[in-house]
Amino acid sequence: MTTSTAPRPVRTTDQVRTGRVGDRIFGGAATGAGLLVVALVALVGIFLVIQAVPALLSNEANFLTSRVWNPGGSHPEFGIVDLLWATVVTSIIALAVAVPLGVAVALFITQYSPTWLARPAAAIIDLLAAVPSIVYGFWGLTIAGQYVDPVASWIGDTFGWIPFLADAGISGKSTLFFAGLILAVMVLPIITAISREVFAQVPAAHKEGALALGATHWEMIRTAVLPFGKPGVISASMLGLGRALGETLAVMILLSGLNDGSPWNWSIFNGGATFASKIALNAAEFDTPTKTGAYISAGLVLFILTFLVNAAARIVIERRKAFTE
Amino acid sequence: MSALTQGTATPRGGPSTRRSVTDVVARVAMWSAFFLACVPLVWILGSTILKGGHMLLDSGWWTNSQNGITARRVGGGAAHAIQGTLIQAVVTAAISVPIGVLTAIYLVEYGRGPVARLVSFMVDILTGIPSIVAALFIYALWVTTFGFQRVPFAVTLALAMLMIPTIVRSTEEMLKLVPKDYREASYALGVPKWRTIVKVVLPTAFSGIVTGILLGLARVMGETAPLIILGPYAKSISHNLFDGLMGTLPTMINQDRAESLQPAVDRVWGAALTLILLIFLLNLAGRLVSRFSTVRA
Repeated sequence: MTTSTAPRPVRTTDQVRTGRVGDRIFGGAATGAGLLVVALVALVGIFLVIQAVPALLSNEANFLTSRVWNPGGSHPEFGIVDLLWATVVTSIIALAVAVPLGVAVALFITQYSPTWLARPAAAIIDLLAAVPSIVYGFWGLTIAGQYVDPVASWIGDTFGWIPFLADAGISGKSTLFFAGLILAVMVLPIITAISREVFAQVPAAHKEGALALGATHWEMIRTAVLPFGKPGVISASMLGLGRALGETLAVMILLSGLNDGSPWNWSIFNGGATFASKIALNAAEFDTPTKTGAYISAGLVLFILTFLVNAAARIVIERRKAFTE
Repeated sequence: MSALTQGTATPRGGPSTRRSVTDVVARVAMWSAFFLACVPLVWILGSTILKGGHMLLDSGWWTNSQNGITARRVGGGAAHAIQGTLIQAVVTAAISVPIGVLTAIYLVEYGRGPVARLVSFMVDILTGIPSIVAALFIYALWVTTFGFQRVPFAVTLALAMLMIPTIVRSTEEMLKLVPKDYREASYALGVPKWRTIVKVVLPTAFSGIVTGILLGLARVMGETAPLIILGPYAKSISHNLFDGLMGTLPTMINQDRAESLQPAVDRVWGAALTLILLIFLLNLAGRLVSRFSTVRA
């Protein structure tokens, strides 16, 4: 973009001769690397599809509507309903907590914090992203998890008549609810970082205009900062969602699996397995092509889900760019 | 900004009580949101240091492996896992840095039109690929298609897939910051485009690119899913990427995380703390380098 007009003046006959080979090689290498990235994403899709199809063809249950997961043996049966449910529920809980909190923290850093605190505060939140997923899981299970039971049983006692909040007889730290909360902590830095960036770009004229019209600090934020930052917050949430959908280790460590044939339960205080946690938990079981294929099909669904979410986030960002430039 | 607010809040006929109260409530809510967000970090760091700190003070932790140590026995160290994690990180960087930097050069210096937009789009998609999907892809390629064993090198391939997009994005940002004048001055002297990029643009952006690499490494070092799928744990020291198993810090945690015996639990916390320290150090180094670069530019 920056050099669109620059190379032309130097292309005298002399220069073309001395620079051409090097330019060809270097430009070719750069282009090749770019195309390699495109090929890589395409290959991920192609390879997963190739390996998933034979298993899907020998699957004796409906992949999209069955709750059974029994890919071994001569009558493989596997469906993704339970996995999809656990993945979506944990991710929604994560976003429900992390989006408001992340936006509030981003507003704090960009609009409220004293100048000396803004940089360290941002760095502290960024550090949350530096803690590995497996440490979150282990910490959640052994330390933080013990404080969930009182909360879970209080919610169960008070709102248990709502199917989503009924007690499912599972230890609080192994529920979808708690896994979602841990995911919320894990996606918080992503949401905060992106929201922070857009909030910092709000034109001073918009903010000063609001204040000049007599708005309080909060009214200025509500009328000038938030509307300007909305597309950024939406794409930040989607990127956070993409991360939450595919998070593996923390969820795998926390969630307690369901027994085969256990009745359907709408409660977020139930256990389960997400796509990612199911695959990782059974990594040692990739012995027959059908079994491996079953897990790869689950991975393919996860790939498609995250692809769609990330593509949507990207489109929102692009629109905003077109709007502001 | 806050002084300005207070200035507008006081004059006669200023905001009604309800509006001022809302304003104060919002202010309090934002401050509490920040402190609430700090709780998990402080809590995790605190418990990891309390439970794992004493392991790291023993010099054997840094020099011994877990070879021959059972969950019941005290002793042994994390040298095998630390070395494994570092080796895999270096190899991952060696694979992903050239591809990532070249892709960024393509996007900033060469790419035009729909192809460049497609590349940029795919970089975003790659950023969002869950580590478990990258691991499954490499598994499908390496083990199922090529028929190779699960070896540490396969892990580095999966990690490189996760690291490439972070390097592309950070390098791209840095290359865009290099002033157009530098390139034009170089062209005016008759220097070909590729030498301009290698001799002028890249050196100017160098420290920024290094920051991106360090932060990218910090991101992939804690990834565990590819290790679980492709790189089973080993207790003894191994430096061979193409044969046998190699212990790493994440798999060391994963190995003993369900143990209830105290020596094993201590080692899990010790490994967790070591891993967090490594990642924090990389983050810190990245930030320091970037500060150095802004001073120069």
